[in-house]
Formats: sequence, structure tokens, C-alpha cells
Amino acid sequence: MMSSPYDHSGSNAWQGFCAQQQRLRLEKYRVWLLGGGVFLALFMTSAHLSHFSPGRIAEGLPKVHEYVVKILPEMGVTTFRDDMAYWFYAFPDWMKLLGETLLMAYVATLLGTLGALVLGFVAARNVGPNRWLTALSRRVLEVARTVPDLVYALIFVFAFGLGPLAGILAIAVHSMGASGKLFSEAIENIDLKPLDGLKAAGGNWVQGMRFAIFPLVLPSLVSYSLWRFEINVRTATVMGIVGAGGIGQELITAIRMLYYEDVSALILLIVITVSLTDMLCERIRHGFIGKENLS
Amino acid sequence: MTSLLRGEFSMTDIEHRHPEVFAVSWRRHWLQGVAWVTALAVLIYGLVLFDFSPVRVWNGLGQLGMLLRFMVPPATDPAVVWEFLKAIFETLAMAFVGTLFAALLAIPFAFLSARNVFRFRLGRFGVRRGMDFLRGVDQLVWALVFVRAVGLGPLAGVLAIIISDIGTLAKLFSEAVEGCDRKPGEGVAASGGSALQCTRFGIIPQVLPMFISSTLYIFESNVRSATILGIVGAGGIGYQLSERIRGHHWEEVATILILILVTVYLIDWVSGKIRGRLIEGE
Repeated sequence: MMSSPYDHSGSNAWQGFCAQQQRLRLEKYRVWLLGGGVFLALFMTSAHLSHFSPGRIAEGLPKVHEYVVKILPEMGVTTFRDDMAYWFYAFPDWMKLLGETLLMAYVATLLGTLGALVLGFVAARNVGPNRWLTALSRRVLEVARTVPDLVYALIFVFAFGLGPLAGILAIAVHSMGASGKLFSEAIENIDLKPLDGLKAAGGNWVQGMRFAIFPLVLPSLVSYSLWRFEINVRTATVMGIVGAGGIGQELITAIRMLYYEDVSALILLIVITVSLTDMLCERIRHGFIGKENLS
Repeated sequence: MTSLLRGEFSMTDIEHRHPEVFAVSWRRHWLQGVAWVTALAVLIYGLVLFDFSPVRVWNGLGQLGMLLRFMVPPATDPAVVWEFLKAIFETLAMAFVGTLFAALLAIPFAFLSARNVFRFRLGRFGVRRGMDFLRGVDQLVWALVFVRAVGLGPLAGVLAIIISDIGTLAKLFSEAVEGCDRKPGEGVAASGGSALQCTRFGIIPQVLPMFISSTLYIFESNVRSATILGIVGAGGIGYQLSERIRGHHWEEVATILILILVTVYLIDWVSGKIRGRLIEGE
């Protein structure tokens, strides 16, 4: 330290400050060390439990590569047309199944949204008709969204039989839970003055919801539902794995029966369909929100 | 205007003054009508095609009621419950390892698909489409593929989680990177910091909380989805669940469902706490 008129390194205050800083630094290191230790322990246990070891990975990766090479079709520049025709030999059937998948997602989203709309209004803490009903519908929505849709599908396949009906109901129940929560949150965040006005004019609960609350939350409801539709299209593509309809049935058959090239063709078709719906939904969503803001 | 101020305005008066506000837009009405009719027609077509007959739905609901009655009371045999708990831990382990590695592997791709970092447009487009591909295939399909490639067991599930979540996390991370402010980095540079110090003190403090928050969010989502990966043989509680459903052991199915519900609530709660703590702490 240079000695200057401003050098206070010998003063009590400065020494106190240094000690304080040292203490805080040690405290911080201790927290980081403890956190890091817990994290590492968790990681080691998890890696052990999930058979995730460098050896297994090194053993598995060449097999993954081998499989990917197997499912890719042979393509020649000169025979491109024939190769494509051979790769997508069942194209019309697959397109039909993809159409069925999209329709499943559409019907399920509409049914789920309808349920979510009703339960969402009841579950909103600020406008719910009755405290007990609100609590009850919140629990129903929680259970509906916590159980994964494929588990519902497994159970519904037993109750409703194999086919798209079970898949649609499974997706509908799950998306009712997921959207219902978002709807009730959207409703909880709005301005209640229009509702007060309606009540003052003598409207009942249903009228209040319909004319005071619904118009306010409509744009976000449409936006959520479109987003939900995108998710549901993805889910509908795998419903077939448990026998609940859609293109997944074809995919799991191809994988189980080792129709290698069909696997890549189907995955490609699914990815294209999912990407196209995502793009379309985004367009509609932007258009809708833009229009709502303008008018 | 003066009549308005005096409070004696009539609707017809206003309508005369601003006809454009009161004009009925037939084009808009017509478009809305067509949209409603199409939406409804597609719905009805779907309901008919998928045989949504009231009888079938009613019978199904009856059947479902019967299954629910079989589920009560849930199985409480300690040996069975312990077996399920082990499977739940395996599920959690899969989600944890999968999310961790997905997050680490997503970081380079995130920077490569961020507009303000990677200026080469064609390369960025390629990386983004690649991520879209990983995200576009459902996790369960990846699990099916990996079960074929590396055999039955949790490793296939972990790999499926890693691959599909690299896509999701790369997108979320790149949005965080694109949204970050350049000024702190410029400040570090202006006071003589190197490029490394600019990144360390200018960029990382901005994006790290968002990275951690989205990773935790994806972890919660993975705990849910890892419960079903077992249905295709990729480890975790899903395998037990689908076996019990196939074997009609409904009281054990009920136990598994309750365990899944409790686990998911606990994980959401813990992860919410950590998220709040870390983001405030930063």
C-alpha cells in the first residue's frame, strides 16, 4: 500500500470492512461448494440408475449410427424418381392416416377447449361462482393435466375400444386440464370493472361471464387454443403406439417389423406435417391478435 | 359539438356524423360466417368419421366407471409399492440426466441459431431447421428408435430425452441470447476488458438466469414425459404401468397413478422454489 493522505488501510473501519468481505466470500464459497456437492451426488446417483455411463454410451452410439444408416433409403441421382416412388410406395395411405391424425387433433382440441372454457371460468379465483366449486374444478383440472395423455389413452383403449375415439378423448381430457389452467389464469388477470357494471345492471353470473369477461379474454383464449392444437398434433402422431388411432400405428408397425425404409419415410412425413401446422397456426395467431388490436 | 357538450345528443345525430362507424361490414360478416360453418363442418365430419355415437360413448363411460371401481382401494402391499418407488426414482433419474445433457449440448446450437451471434445466414437457417427436426418428432418416437438401436432400458429413454430436448432448449436459449442487451458487454470492452471478459461479465449474467429457468421448466416437463417412455420399453414407471394395465391389475394401476401425481407435484414445487431462488440470487 502506498501511503497517501487518502490511505486508510490502517483504520478500524477499513479492517472491519475487509473482515466482513472475507466472511461473505467464504459464505458464498460454502454455499457453492454445498450446492455443487449435492448436485454432483444427485448426478452420480441418477447416472447410475439410468444406466448412463461412458462405456454404455460408447457402445450404444455406433449402434445408433448403424440404425440410422439402415433406415435411410438408397438414393441415386439418375434413378431419383424411381427411388422416391419406392421409398414412398404407400404415399396415399399415409396421407390418409396423416389426415386422420390432424382431424383427431382438431376434434380433441375443440372438445378440450370447450371443457376448459367451462371449468376455467369456474376455477378463476376472482370470478368463480362459489368457493367450493372453484376449489373442486381446480383439483379436477390439476389431475386432468398431471396424468400424461398417453396414460389416459392406455386406459381409454380398454374402456372405448381400439381406435381414434380413445385417442381423441385422451387428448381432450389432458388438454382440458392444461388449457383450463391457462384460461383461469388469464381470467384472474383481467379488469373486473365491466363485470361490476353488468352486475349493477342486474345481470346474473352466466351473463356476466358471457358479456363482461369473455370478450376481454377471447384473444388470449384463441391464442392458447391454437398453441394447444400444435401440441395436440404432435401427441396425435404417437397415439397409435398404444392403439389409439392415427399415423403412430403405422410407425410402430414399421419399427417392430423392421421395415427400415418405411420408418424414415414416416418420420419425415410426420415432421413435415408438424412443421406445416406450426407455421400455419403461427400465421393465424398473429393475424388474429393483430386484428383484435386494430379493431 | 355544442349539443354534445350540453348533453342533448341523439343516436341518429351521431350516426349521421360518423357513418363509417355504424356501417355493417358485410364482407366481414360473410367471412366470419364461412369460418364458423367450416369449423363446425370439419368437427361434425370428424365426429361422424370417428364414430362418436352417443351409445358408444355411453357404453365406454360405463366401462370406465367399472375400471374406476376396480381401482378402489389402491394396492398398498409394501413390496409392490417399493417396486413402483424404485421405478419412479429411475424415471426421475432419466429426466435429470437427460435434461442436464440436453441443456449442455443445446448451448452451442443456441448460439449458432442466434441472429446477433452467428451472422452467417445460411448456416443459421441450417441449424434452426435441424433443431426444428429434433423438436418435430415426438419424444416417444425417438424412444422407439433408440430402443431399437441400444436395446430396452432407461438408457434409450435418456437418449430420447436428450435428442428431443436439444431442439426445444436450443430454441429457448437462442431466444434468450437474441433478447440480451449489448450495452453491458460494450461497457466491459470500454473499460478495457478482453473478448472473454466481455462474454463473462457482459453476456453470461444476462442469459444465465433465463437458461436455468427454461432448463428447470423443461425438467418439470420431462418428469411428466419420462413417466410414459416406459410404455415403449425405454425405462421408468411407464413400463410397470403399461404391464399392469395389460394384465388388468387395476388396483396397482391406481397406486402408480397416485405415485405419479405426488411425484409431479413435488418436483413442480421444488423446481419452482429453486427457480425463484436462483433468479432472485443472480
